[in-house]
Amino acid sequence: MIALLACFLFPVQVSIREDGFLHRNRGTFFVLAAFFLTGMAQASGMGDPALGAAVFKKCQSCHQVGDQAKNRVGPQLNDILGRTAGGLGGAKYSKSMIQAGQDGLVWSEDTLDSFLERPKSLVAKTRMSFRGLKDPEDRANLIAYLRSFSKGSIGASNMQETGQGIDIKLDPSVLAMVGDAEYGEYLSSECLTCHQSSGSNDGIPGITAWPTEDFVIAMHAYKQKIRSHPVMQMMAGRLSDEEIAALAAYFSDLE
Amino acid sequence: MKLNRRVFMGSGAAAATALAAPMAFAGGHGKPRVVVVGGGAGGATAARYIAKDSKGAVDVTLIEPSRMYYTCFFSNLYLGGIKTIDDLGHSYGTMAAGGVNVVHDWAVGVDRDAKTVTLAGGASVPYDQLILSPGIDFVEGAVAGWDLSSQNAMPHAYKGGSQTELLKAQIAAMPQGGTFAMVAPPNPYRCPPGPYERVSMVAHYLKANNPTAKIIVADPKPKFSKQGLFQEGWGKHYSGMIDWIGDDFGGGNVSVDPGAMTVTIDGEVTKVDVCNVIPAMKAGRIAELAGVTDGKFAPVNAIDMSTKADADVYVLGDASQQGDMPKSGFSANSQAKVCANAVRGALTGSRVFPAKFSNTCWSLIDTNDGVKVGATYEATDEKIAKVDGFISATGETAEVRKATYEESEGWYAGITADMFG
Repeated sequence: MIALLACFLFPVQVSIREDGFLHRNRGTFFVLAAFFLTGMAQASGMGDPALGAAVFKKCQSCHQVGDQAKNRVGPQLNDILGRTAGGLGGAKYSKSMIQAGQDGLVWSEDTLDSFLERPKSLVAKTRMSFRGLKDPEDRANLIAYLRSFSKGSIGASNMQETGQGIDIKLDPSVLAMVGDAEYGEYLSSECLTCHQSSGSNDGIPGITAWPTEDFVIAMHAYKQKIRSHPVMQMMAGRLSDEEIAALAAYFSDLE
Repeated sequence: MKLNRRVFMGSGAAAATALAAPMAFAGGHGKPRVVVVGGGAGGATAARYIAKDSKGAVDVTLIEPSRMYYTCFFSNLYLGGIKTIDDLGHSYGTMAAGGVNVVHDWAVGVDRDAKTVTLAGGASVPYDQLILSPGIDFVEGAVAGWDLSSQNAMPHAYKGGSQTELLKAQIAAMPQGGTFAMVAPPNPYRCPPGPYERVSMVAHYLKANNPTAKIIVADPKPKFSKQGLFQEGWGKHYSGMIDWIGDDFGGGNVSVDPGAMTVTIDGEVTKVDVCNVIPAMKAGRIAELAGVTDGKFAPVNAIDMSTKADADVYVLGDASQQGDMPKSGFSANSQAKVCANAVRGALTGSRVFPAKFSNTCWSLIDTNDGVKVGATYEATDEKIAKVDGFISATGETAEVRKATYEESEGWYAGITADMFG
């Protein structure tokens, strides 16, 4: 429940299997055994990367880490330790995250720990609408897990794509639909009663600057009642495939 | 049938006029003109969307007497001490900057033949399409002993601003162990959970500042919105403080004496310290003056919120009689977007999309104990009809309730940004 709000609208990752339907990957973490001991030994906070992998499930609707990691709603997290805040090319950041980096914020165990405890207390207007991890052990474990994907770690040379936990059945043709952006603009006005066009994340997550595919999948996940939020299930539930594509077309045009 | 208005206009003898209509507006007196009366959740949203989306092709005038808009939604949180009055106030300056001509005056008459709106200051404002979003007024004689001249002794506080501040001051001045009474309204009225959220927030304030005080609610209804959720919360947070007297126990048989500060419920006279009278409601007076009401509210066509009485006059929000949607700021905002799309289409030939409506009402029972109810709606020939809905469950965890409250704060920021820009 910690991430109840944070999970409103975050996308899921899919792959196409032989049956022609899209499925969320159900990844495994067999890499963990390889770096487990090393991770333990290096951790100043003595976090456990194996336990951190479980904590990372809260992050992976927006963040990827591992071999195939790409920037999605949030930046990919390989080599996060030592990275300047807001400093990864191609990732979308809030202005305040970029400013924090320019002001000298670099992700270390300490700064990550503080950010993960309550993101907005470190970077007030971060796009990351995650409520934070109250438990210091969870944070230490998560950081240990992330460290294993950073340079110098055994895990880094032995990475696997991270997986996700939910199946969503979506015909590829639905994902390939080209939406009517003008209709999407009209439909989007209904979103704006709650979601702010400024992209603010206070109380209700921002929905601007999303990868189109992630947006479509998230809306279908609500429609299929896989994502759990009653308002969004209701709103998405009455949108046709064409209307979801229209919304995605409009939002993808927004800067 | 309004539903087929444009189709009808495009047929037979009217065809030439109809096809030329947008051009005629442009050629006749410059840009087509939309006048919006009332700058709340319905009117402000409609004015802003038409101005924004037409990119200057439509001349939009908003007539609203107040310089600052104080939201009625969240005003109960001000009564509870959770929000300040400044949190509720919004300037019209951003709307003016967004291309809306904001006129601070009262609309006192509508001439539907001449297509003009008369202002209290004497000016006459011409329109091609008129949107009325005047909110509510009170039915005279609805509560025996109360009329508008008593609103200082017994505030309604059901329009945002000074009345809300007055009620707050009266609650703060209650003697220890004093009595707060509410006369709740009959259906239909603005914000169905509003009176009960108010009871919760007054109790929240009293529990901290006047813990032996009592709250009595005289209600003409046998049941009310989110009743199970509120009563669960009242038992949990304010045990023994709130006495709700529904219609089954004579709650509808009520009169007040503002001079003596007494409330008589089913024959029993009670001396009270504060009395919040929320009378039966009707459409804001300008809708009645425009002749588009039928009974208390203005019947409208679900497809675009145009009135049954006049295809060029639209009524939004609390003043409209549209079907299944509750009277709420969220509903008015939702209706305004459908209306704005239709009005812009009628005036500029832009695409008109299917009507889609939605509503969610959040209520706060105690600090971080938020609940919500919501639904989606569609336009049918008869009315705005409910499609699907949900409501918070009793027995939810504190974490869920806190998240619901935080979500309501996000919504407040969202809708006010959507209304005013």
